[in-house]
Amino acid sequence: MVHLIWPIPALPLAGTLILVFFGRRLGARAHWVAVPSVGLAFVVALAAFLRVWRDGETFTGPLLDWIIAGDFRAPVTVQLDQLSAVMLLVVTGVGFLIHVYSIGYMHGDPGYPRFFAYLTLFVFSMVMLVLAGNFLLLYVFWEAVGLCSYLLIGFWYTRPAAADAGKKAFIVNRVGDFGFALGVMLLWVSLGTLEYDEVFAQAWALPTGTATAIALLLFAGACGKSAQLPLHTWLPDAMEGPTPVSALIHAATMVTAGVYMVARAHVLFERSGVALEVVAWVGILTALFAASIGLVQNDIKRILAYSTISQLGYMFAGVGVGAYAAGIYHLVTHAFFKALLFLAAGSIIHALGGEQDIRRMGGLARRLPVTTLTFLVAAVAIAGIPPFAGFFSKDEILAAAWASGHLGVYALGLLGAAFTAFYIFRLVFLAFFGPSRLDAEAARHLHESPPVMTIPLGFLAVLSAIGGVWGLPGEHGTPIARFLDPVLPHGEAALGPGTGPLLMAVAVATALGGILAAWRMYLRRPVPAERLGVPSNRLHVLLLGKYYVDELYDALFVRPLVAVSEWCARVFDLGVIDGLVNGAADLVGRWSSVLRRVQTGLVMNYALSMLVGAVILLGLLVRWR
Amino acid sequence: MEAFPILTLVTVAPLVGAGLIMFTARRRPGLVRGIATAVTGFSLLGSLWIFFAYDSSIGGYQFYAKYPLVPALGISFEVGVDGISLLLVLLTALIIFTGVFASWTIHVRNQEFYALLLTLVTGVFGVFVTLDLFVFFLFYELAVLPMYLLIGIWGTSAQVRPRGIFAWAIRETGLGSKEYAAMKLTLYLLLGSAFILVGILALYFAGGAGSFSLLDLEEAGFDPGLQRWVFLALYVGFGTLAGIWPLHTWSPDGHASAPTAVSMLHAGVLMKLGAYGIVRIAMGLLPEGTLDWVWLVGTIACINIVYGAFSAMAQTDLKYVVAYSSVSHMGIVLLGAATLTEAGLNGSVFQMFAHGIMTGLFFAIVGLVYEKSHTREILRMGGFGRRMPGVAAAFTIGGLSSLGLPGLSGFIAEILTFFGAWQSSYHWWLFPAVAGTFLTAIYILRVAKQIFWGPLDEGEHSHLPDAEGPEWVSLVVLSGVLILFGVLPALAIAPVDSATVALLDRLGVLP
Repeated sequence: MVHLIWPIPALPLAGTLILVFFGRRLGARAHWVAVPSVGLAFVVALAAFLRVWRDGETFTGPLLDWIIAGDFRAPVTVQLDQLSAVMLLVVTGVGFLIHVYSIGYMHGDPGYPRFFAYLTLFVFSMVMLVLAGNFLLLYVFWEAVGLCSYLLIGFWYTRPAAADAGKKAFIVNRVGDFGFALGVMLLWVSLGTLEYDEVFAQAWALPTGTATAIALLLFAGACGKSAQLPLHTWLPDAMEGPTPVSALIHAATMVTAGVYMVARAHVLFERSGVALEVVAWVGILTALFAASIGLVQNDIKRILAYSTISQLGYMFAGVGVGAYAAGIYHLVTHAFFKALLFLAAGSIIHALGGEQDIRRMGGLARRLPVTTLTFLVAAVAIAGIPPFAGFFSKDEILAAAWASGHLGVYALGLLGAAFTAFYIFRLVFLAFFGPSRLDAEAARHLHESPPVMTIPLGFLAVLSAIGGVWGLPGEHGTPIARFLDPVLPHGEAALGPGTGPLLMAVAVATALGGILAAWRMYLRRPVPAERLGVPSNRLHVLLLGKYYVDELYDALFVRPLVAVSEWCARVFDLGVIDGLVNGAADLVGRWSSVLRRVQTGLVMNYALSMLVGAVILLGLLVRWR
Repeated sequence: MEAFPILTLVTVAPLVGAGLIMFTARRRPGLVRGIATAVTGFSLLGSLWIFFAYDSSIGGYQFYAKYPLVPALGISFEVGVDGISLLLVLLTALIIFTGVFASWTIHVRNQEFYALLLTLVTGVFGVFVTLDLFVFFLFYELAVLPMYLLIGIWGTSAQVRPRGIFAWAIRETGLGSKEYAAMKLTLYLLLGSAFILVGILALYFAGGAGSFSLLDLEEAGFDPGLQRWVFLALYVGFGTLAGIWPLHTWSPDGHASAPTAVSMLHAGVLMKLGAYGIVRIAMGLLPEGTLDWVWLVGTIACINIVYGAFSAMAQTDLKYVVAYSSVSHMGIVLLGAATLTEAGLNGSVFQMFAHGIMTGLFFAIVGLVYEKSHTREILRMGGFGRRMPGVAAAFTIGGLSSLGLPGLSGFIAEILTFFGAWQSSYHWWLFPAVAGTFLTAIYILRVAKQIFWGPLDEGEHSHLPDAEGPEWVSLVVLSGVLILFGVLPALAIAPVDSATVALLDRLGVLP
């Protein structure tokens, strides 16, 4: 089994190293290294997956010892089981398609080899993240994917917005990682080990309070990485990165690492109980919150970014109500349709020469048939229309919320679903249908993307369309739940007879309602171009301002931090400490200039002082006796 | 090992080089650089050989040699390295070797510059390898004093004038000028040495063996009352050099004013001298004094971490940012030591090495950027990444190591220290330590973004070449070392562990 595991990270890593050292020489041929390395990794991952699927064979073992310091040991343990096998397929499969797409999208960019070096480094790190067999390794690659994200958001580093966004992503993630690191440390102190199998075997012996603390600290990390409330602010800004990056890192894979981590460590969350509730509620509130912002945004990538935050919220809600397999399943289908949405959006941006504002699009369907068709498939999938993939996975989550008695989660989830259908079809109607609002320059530039970009779109469209087969409800749960059962045990959803179909019907009706509303507002009687996106009431202003969370954080955290640092550096360091130091020096200087006067150089004065001194000493001696 | 005195040779080679430079290379800058490269290259090869020949499974002092100097007083030239000094000797060799290349462009009195620099390095090597406290002190002074001339003559005054509410008072003192910095640094460190001298003499007399040898003194078993105050004296003395709060203000001024190689050496290696002194002498010889005072050492270290990071955040002069980041990172070193745990102490020693390398790298980069753009003021830079991608990459590697990104050396040091802090008697130490890495991320990323990212001002910085020729040496070597030890920390941890376990055993805190 090992020989099927190590090539999966090793191939992209080799690609990275070749690109780092010979990238400049390769230049525009850089994809000849990057694409095969990820493609081969996908082939090996597929072979490994088949082994796990057919034979149920799994592997856990140390590859080597990384750090040993006394009782602190950190072996590089890899673990390939059903969960990591599924994740590997998603990472390398979607990763491969996006690499191919990038050949077209990034064509002619001066940083072409650098782009592929970062991208393969990301695939390597993400593969290692899902293969990690202990929490330390998980943390290491958790940070490593964060680094790739930072580098790729700031890929066009000469743009100030990209530079700021990269910095912001890194720092906001650091807040979450602060918690993650403390959680790992607390785990180690409590159990003396970080190996998954040992931790999960002993987790039930943890006191509830400790388990809650560990789980919540880990979840803080997940909130950062997966852009959940209150650490979601970096993801919309991260759209400054190239679109393939948004598709791969900020939609399909890296941002789902938090969901993966919670599912992986579900034993700890279950031990706590409270923590699981927190996950469910943070998830569903984020889902609704982000979807509501998505309703009014005008930048095509920002809409998709808020959509990603919202869908990640659904995944957390799924794992939070105990439906781990459903959460992971939504992760997988989301990877397909959201990667597709981003890539298709990238195709539009490419076609329009950089235009991202949907208010200046419209009527693209006629000129970009492939892009339109694939985007539409993804839009239907995310909106939750059967038989497309998103319907089954989202329905699983909502049904599990209902079945486990989380009626509040269910209701909010349903509302969020209506929002989802609305914002995605608002985007579809404004961009692809209706009258063209393109400016002359963009209209002239308009062309369908080359096959190297549209073929990956086609593959992802097929996956988004048929991905639902894994989620068809069966005798003993969905196929994916049965497959994941050894890692993620699923309680039998205690839905009453007939409840399942009823819930499905409600969900479909909700989605159709959202689509209908969008159709009425944007297609049947199109809003005049000049009034598009102009806020009409206070709620609209609030949503357009993204609830002013960035402004709030600026006032609450950024300014006070700056004030403290100014105080340390200017007032305390220069004023108090150096004040004392320089004051002491000054004092010595002054005293010495006073004392200097005594040294007159006149022998008579010296003789006089000697005489006085001798008399005093004599007097003292006499008194003493 | 008696056969070949490699440690002695590594130590005196730079001094010999200094002599050669003074006597043979007058007005021949090429020859000066050649000699400097040769002797530091020799020291580097020697220390690499020592590093890989050291047998960590045995541990203890190896490559031991002893030559009596003043038998009547028990003074001898006694050398040997254990796992801790091993790593620091390698650090010194790496920094000075790359420092020689970073000083390539010094033209003013280049003969004297290199001679002083090499003399200083012999002092540093000497401190790390000697096992005799008297000789230790001699080397210590040798390492500190040339600094005064190096900064006073070849330094640069800061361009950024003092700001803030006390600015009017500070301007009077000449703060920011190289003369002020040189004077401040020297006075501070001499004050520190006074404390150290008192401590060493107290140990000598109380030891009763009539010997300055560390090995003899380890056996002595000092009176607890004596240990109490001697530890404090040594802590203050060495701590001054290690930049403990609030005795740290010499270091930003000093590092900011010093020429590139001197900043590299000073922040990279000399501050470690202080930490090394605390670990080796204060903790190694005074177990009960250590147990009495760790609460203070650890608490001050926490202040260092957070306060240094906050101060770094507010700086607008690039060199001051790096200098204050050293204050913050030295806190990690001392915190790790104060945890009195195996993980923490290993982290501490690893951080001495990792911080030495990364701050050396930083100062080399600052020197380069200054030389090419003629400014150190962060806000006047921007978009340099386009013109100097190599320098930008090296800065990014150093910065990421500094904020503790896995895969780079800084992470190993920090994570070990954090685990140590948790295991120590003072769990709360962990929080300022972790907060420090968060703050580090803020100021490092801010600087990286401001200098290398964003649009380039074509007017002001029209001519801005990437690193060239000898300038690559320090960038490539130092960032390579950061990655190497970050990916393969076991290289260093194996020998270090053998030494820290022995130390903890002597302290009686090993479980």
